Amino acid sequence: MTMREKIEEAAARYPDQRSAIMPALLIAQRQHGHLPGPVLEEVADILGVERIWVYELATFYTLFHTEPVGMFHLQLCDNVSCMLRRSEDLLRHLEAVLGITKGQTTPDRLFTLSTVECLGACEMAPVMQVGDDYHGDLDIARIDALLDRLRAAAGRASGADLAAAPPGE
Amino acid sequence: MFEPVLLRNIDVPDGHRLSTYEAGGGYRALAKVLREHTPDEVVDLVKQSNLRGRGGAGFPTGMKWGFVPKLADKPKYLCCNADEGEPGTFKDRIIMERDPHQLIEGLAVSAYAIGAKTAYVYIRGEYVTAIRRLERAIAEAHEKGYLGTGVLGSDFNFAVYIHCGAGAYICGEETAMLESLEGKRAQPRLKPPFPAAAGLYASPTVINNVETLACVPHIVMRGAHWFRGIGPDKSPGPKLYCLSGQVRKPGLYELPMGIPLRQLVEDHAGGPLPGRRIKAVIPGGVSAPVIPEHGLDVGMDFDSLAAAGSMLGSAGVIVVDDSTCMVKITTRIIEFFHHESCGKCTPCREGLNWAVKVLRRIEAGEGAPGDLEQLEMLCKGIFGNTFCALGDGAAMGLRAALKHFRDEFVTHIEERKCPFH
Repeated sequence: MTMREKIEEAAARYPDQRSAIMPALLIAQRQHGHLPGPVLEEVADILGVERIWVYELATFYTLFHTEPVGMFHLQLCDNVSCMLRRSEDLLRHLEAVLGITKGQTTPDRLFTLSTVECLGACEMAPVMQVGDDYHGDLDIARIDALLDRLRAAAGRASGADLAAAPPGE
Repeated sequence: MFEPVLLRNIDVPDGHRLSTYEAGGGYRALAKVLREHTPDEVVDLVKQSNLRGRGGAGFPTGMKWGFVPKLADKPKYLCCNADEGEPGTFKDRIIMERDPHQLIEGLAVSAYAIGAKTAYVYIRGEYVTAIRRLERAIAEAHEKGYLGTGVLGSDFNFAVYIHCGAGAYICGEETAMLESLEGKRAQPRLKPPFPAAAGLYASPTVINNVETLACVPHIVMRGAHWFRGIGPDKSPGPKLYCLSGQVRKPGLYELPMGIPLRQLVEDHAGGPLPGRRIKAVIPGGVSAPVIPEHGLDVGMDFDSLAAAGSMLGSAGVIVVDDSTCMVKITTRIIEFFHHESCGKCTPCREGLNWAVKVLRRIEAGEGAPGDLEQLEMLCKGIFGNTFCALGDGAAMGLRAALKHFRDEFVTHIEERKCPFH
């Protein structure tokens, strides 16, 4: 299905097209990797809603990215339950091995590193979300193994243009 | 002997499949109410059970359902609050990932009771596995006639749709959730009108938490008397407790409402980590005021915790041991509320920003005389003066930390450093 078809299918669930803006933005972000202005305008046009309504949502919710992120978005939880299980040490380690600070993307655009509020998986703290997947009970050895797997997956997946691939796919 | 019901399929292989759910008696409650009960009888049954909402506020579910007008010229809606953003809480994720049909049956029975034909499940967008499993479960339920037109041959029509959130804690506040479902920024609405009268699309709407809805089929099958026989009469039933932090066995535990907090932490969750001792416990997600170790002999139910100066909230129990700085934990909690403030009202938006700056200064060893009084002044300015409970939750948490661990704040200021670093 095209992005338009997916958005129209999602919009059929609501009596008001405005309700479909969030589902449409999630569909568009999965398609494009992030949500630049022209994509936001396309979403508004497909749904037939005011463009400002789409902009105001894209800039309010933290899962919408109006700027590009790396192929793998590493989202480390640093809220209380993860903090109590030493997520700070993991952040320092990630920053050291990736050569970036939180909020930044590696020069090869492979990894973006962020800290996030509670992921709702406190029983396996410390937790990190990468794309669609949760990784819990993390320590430095598991972080290193995970980075190796992601690098290997990127090598297998790409062969062409890593930067063009949507994050987490 | 307490028998878990909400988590009965959690460790069963393929517990998320329809065949597993049916094999354990699933969807019999839906068939029973359609065959034997009027909607009013189901509402009465839930009222008799004294089921109180598991999302945090503990409002009686049957009473909430009873507020929905019987005759309305607009469609009625059921919304499931599956946004679960309270740090320390993960119970709803586990139900949706491992036993999603339990939620779907609860939705169907509840929708029948209130006269809704459409339900939206508002799930936080991070919960991708839960979303996928619930999507598949909804499709399975449709195929078998548990959802759709003429459910199980009755004249009850019912559709369930998933609506993914996008990372805003405030969506857990019920009116902000409705705004978000309507495609707006999630900011709370002034009440009244309450959602039961004018909720989604200004139509009568009931909003229930995942765990609350999951209780409903069990009440139908086992009866209100069974439910009331578990735990305290004023807040009865089985309860899911989320254990995390510095404890040996973090995890999700189903136990009677009202179990003593000390028993929960020390017996079920294995007690503190080796060589450590418990210093404090946050009993209900970070909105719930912290309880020092000497206060752990309190029942984990709405009324007992309220009497002890805290609250059950989401039952997200976070254990803190003696290696941890309470100023640091408190700062992180207030940073969370500041980050998640929707910005609608000034006391929350500005007050929490100010509080975070003062707390960071104290933790960094740059606190000044008068800082603690300033924090207390900020709490007074925030508490009771905000649109929704986010500001109240932050103020209550900060006040409790200042009350029970004041010596740690004073030490930071006097010694001009964090003694735990």
